[in-house]
Amino acid sequence: MSINRRSVIKAIAASGALVGASVLVPRIAMAAWTQSAFKAEDQETAMQELLGGTAEESAEVTLKAPDIAENGAVVPVTVRSSLANVESMSIFVEHNPNPLVVEFIIPAGTDADVSTRLRMGKTSKVTAVVKADGKLYSASKEVKVTIGGCGG
Amino acid sequence: MAKGILKVKAKVSGDKTKVKLMAKHIMESGQRKDKKTGELIPAKFLQELKIMHAGKEVFVANLGTAVSKNPYFAFNFAGGAAGDDLTMTWIENTGETATETAKVK
Repeated sequence: MSINRRSVIKAIAASGALVGASVLVPRIAMAAWTQSAFKAEDQETAMQELLGGTAEESAEVTLKAPDIAENGAVVPVTVRSSLANVESMSIFVEHNPNPLVVEFIIPAGTDADVSTRLRMGKTSKVTAVVKADGKLYSASKEVKVTIGGCGG
Repeated sequence: MAKGILKVKAKVSGDKTKVKLMAKHIMESGQRKDKKTGELIPAKFLQELKIMHAGKEVFVANLGTAVSKNPYFAFNFAGGAAGDDLTMTWIENTGETATETAKVK
């Protein structure tokens, strides 16, 4: 188990409880990886831990994903947003063991348009959350999975 | 890691650079069981990926275990010219890390 700066600060602020104590030097220099959010087992907790709030549906967020994913191990997804000042974009799969899939940090100059591939354990709602100007916006889509991609 | 795991195609298109990137990595989620022993296979996945261009971050991804095997990312950033270097750093959950470079075409 490892910790990073952001999660340490969060842990201290939240409860004062610290779990694990291995400090890996390179990780400190990098952007923070929010352990609590990635380990969270329900979407609401993950969203709260990562972004500190809940998102509202917005037409300015586009989530492109297949209606039916034949293979849950590789589900192509594209997230796009026409909002200004996008800071980050995150993808959640509601019914995965850990709903938070990935968080993209979008620096100024980079388009709010990212494609990637996810794993989905079973049919679930996929939600993209875009943080822009400090506010959270989302778009969701139900993706049917015929063969799950989690577990073996 | 002697050899890089990242395959990158970066191409200038107008005033932007389009980047397509694939990491050769198993992305073991820590939730699969070994079929013989029935024990969980320990997690081994890429946790962070950072791409820099001309000393500036252009893309950062914090990955969870539900990113597919051999993670793929596509994004665009403003600026960039043919021959420029992209510096990419990745960190695995095991603490392993490496920095690789690729050229913009």
